[in-house]
Amino acid sequence: MAEPLLEVKGLKVRFATEDGLVKAVDGVDFELERGKVLGIVGESGSGKSVTAMTLLGLTRDQNSLFEGQVLYKGQDILTMPESQLRDIRGNEIAMIFQDPMTSLNPVYKVGYQIVEAIVAHEAISKKVARRRAIDLLKQVGIPSAEERIDSFPHELSGGMRQRAMIALALSCNPDIVIADEPTTALDVTIQAQILALLDKLRTDFDSAVILITHDLGVVASIAHEILVMYAGRVVESGPKRELFYDPQMPYTWGLLGSIPRLDRPKQEKLHSITGSPPSLINVPVGCKFRPRCPHAFDRCTDEPELVNRVESPDHFDRCWLSLDDKRRLRGETLAGEAVA
Amino acid sequence: MSENANENGALLEVKSLKKYFPIHKGVTRRVVANVHAVDDVSLSLAKGETLGLVGESGCGKSTLGRCIVRLLAPTSGDIVFEGQSMGKLRSRALRPLRRQMQMIFQDPYASLNPRKRVGTIISDPMKIHGIGDRNERKRKVEELLETVGLSPEHYNRFPHEFSGGQRQRIGVARALALQPKLIVADEPVSALDVSIQAQVLNLLESLQTQFDLTYIFIAHDLAVVRHISDRIAVMYLGVIVEVSPAEALYDNPLHPYTISLLSAVPIPDPDVEAKRETILLPGELPSPANPPAACRFHTRCPYVQPTRCTTEVPELRKLGDGHFVACHWAEKIKAGELEPIESTPIEPERQDPVEAPQS
Repeated sequence: MAEPLLEVKGLKVRFATEDGLVKAVDGVDFELERGKVLGIVGESGSGKSVTAMTLLGLTRDQNSLFEGQVLYKGQDILTMPESQLRDIRGNEIAMIFQDPMTSLNPVYKVGYQIVEAIVAHEAISKKVARRRAIDLLKQVGIPSAEERIDSFPHELSGGMRQRAMIALALSCNPDIVIADEPTTALDVTIQAQILALLDKLRTDFDSAVILITHDLGVVASIAHEILVMYAGRVVESGPKRELFYDPQMPYTWGLLGSIPRLDRPKQEKLHSITGSPPSLINVPVGCKFRPRCPHAFDRCTDEPELVNRVESPDHFDRCWLSLDDKRRLRGETLAGEAVA
Repeated sequence: MSENANENGALLEVKSLKKYFPIHKGVTRRVVANVHAVDDVSLSLAKGETLGLVGESGCGKSTLGRCIVRLLAPTSGDIVFEGQSMGKLRSRALRPLRRQMQMIFQDPYASLNPRKRVGTIISDPMKIHGIGDRNERKRKVEELLETVGLSPEHYNRFPHEFSGGQRQRIGVARALALQPKLIVADEPVSALDVSIQAQVLNLLESLQTQFDLTYIFIAHDLAVVRHISDRIAVMYLGVIVEVSPAEALYDNPLHPYTISLLSAVPIPDPDVEAKRETILLPGELPSPANPPAACRFHTRCPYVQPTRCTTEVPELRKLGDGHFVACHWAEKIKAGELEPIESTPIEPERQDPVEAPQS
């Protein structure tokens, strides 16, 4: 197997606040290869965005504490000096933020913002950079890019703004694109266009994509590997098909079961996960999902490790239930899902 | 529950409703154009049913909802609630009707006053309408809190002490406080996480049976809308392009816009995803200030024809049991007699990402 582009080992991110230490990310490991899409799924507060921002060193602060390693091409991003990080940021690892409204600078024209990014990282003239910016805008499907490049963000619609964000993120042909909920604010028709675009760019540039989302439909369409996060840690990870057709964690079952599905007959009642996610200051003892898990038993007060428990060697989970129990119990939650 | 058969059973009837927002310009603020947010919409709603309203942002679905509960005054047209026309009523005469219809808003963070306690938020509607005395209202609020799955002890808390899902429950309790007959829910779950979303949807469904409520459910998530609705109206640029019983709309969509909208919904199942073909619509939504003539969808329609589409406004025609479509060519498209035109700004051929090499 080729050397991974990015390797995250035992990543922990903590923030000191007035109320106590927030364990935002509490043990995340993964590897990312070229040309792959990694989907990170979880609810708000599960630590998925903090993980993504840490990969770019955006969570550095005097009140943040880090543990573990984030190895990008063998170098640790966590300990890298800011000056070196600045060369990587936007250039080799780029990020597409969730809200195109707030993540573009409203007082600068879209083109200026893209040109600025290119000129900052490459020794080319503004004129050349501008031509490249127009090409990029065309590539992401913005009509009449020559005119649109001189638009301010507020003059563009939501879908166009998000495409401009993607153009900005791709301006330096990054090796890794981190997309944090890139389509959440968009309509389904635009979402379909953006996802098709992300996927096309991945194949064109052989980049790797980290796709953060709470929409399992989106990961089903373009991800290869999936991490499910809960309360700051990875609770299940594996190839996409494994996760969808042989999910091991009751939390994953709950996520899969609680979305109404267009391709199935209408369900009487939706499965819902009771309660709400735990506070990250006072996390539950043992399995973090235990307080909300309908199948919790004595052993769950010990926290299970993220290990391989099934036949497929790449599929890891944190659940003490036996394989037989899981097969038996999950059917109900998954609402008659055909179990492989 | 067909469109015309419920003259007597209808709770609400919307007749040729229009809502234009003027665009002002210059010092004199003269009106230079109008945004045609809702442009001649008619629909009726039977008691106890849930009507889903779907469409992309900017299609006028929220404006329509707000006109129905009279948060906005319509430009023209009429709304008849239980046989009483609301069109001509002034605010005082409207007040008894307002009690009958309430709204649940999208953003549970912005729709609750952060400086008021939960008890005040929920009891204020009753106070305004002069219902009960202080003690009765308090008792009622505590009861409502339990109904929506919160606890009576939450009476004195502030909104910031609650999570998004809990806040939305407070919004639901407030909407229920006046025992309305109609609730307009504008994207009530789109700001919530999937697991919490299911909780709120289940709550809305059980309240409907418990209190005999009629819902207008506005959302852009088509799967959610199908789950909760009996009937669905699809809107595009201020007009309704298709109305149908929920199942029929998904099994047999007839309007080209509905077809493309449904094709764009990702399904959380890799095998289904691999087979799903998205029909990408070319271009952007035209400006509602200057909507295309005749059929509003003709600028983006993959089945656009040289005749009629650009010259004749399509009426909502009945093409099935309670299934109405505003398209001249719906039957021919359905029968496969018309070929879609290939024209998309982004390359239409989509690389299939699903075949991942098993490592």
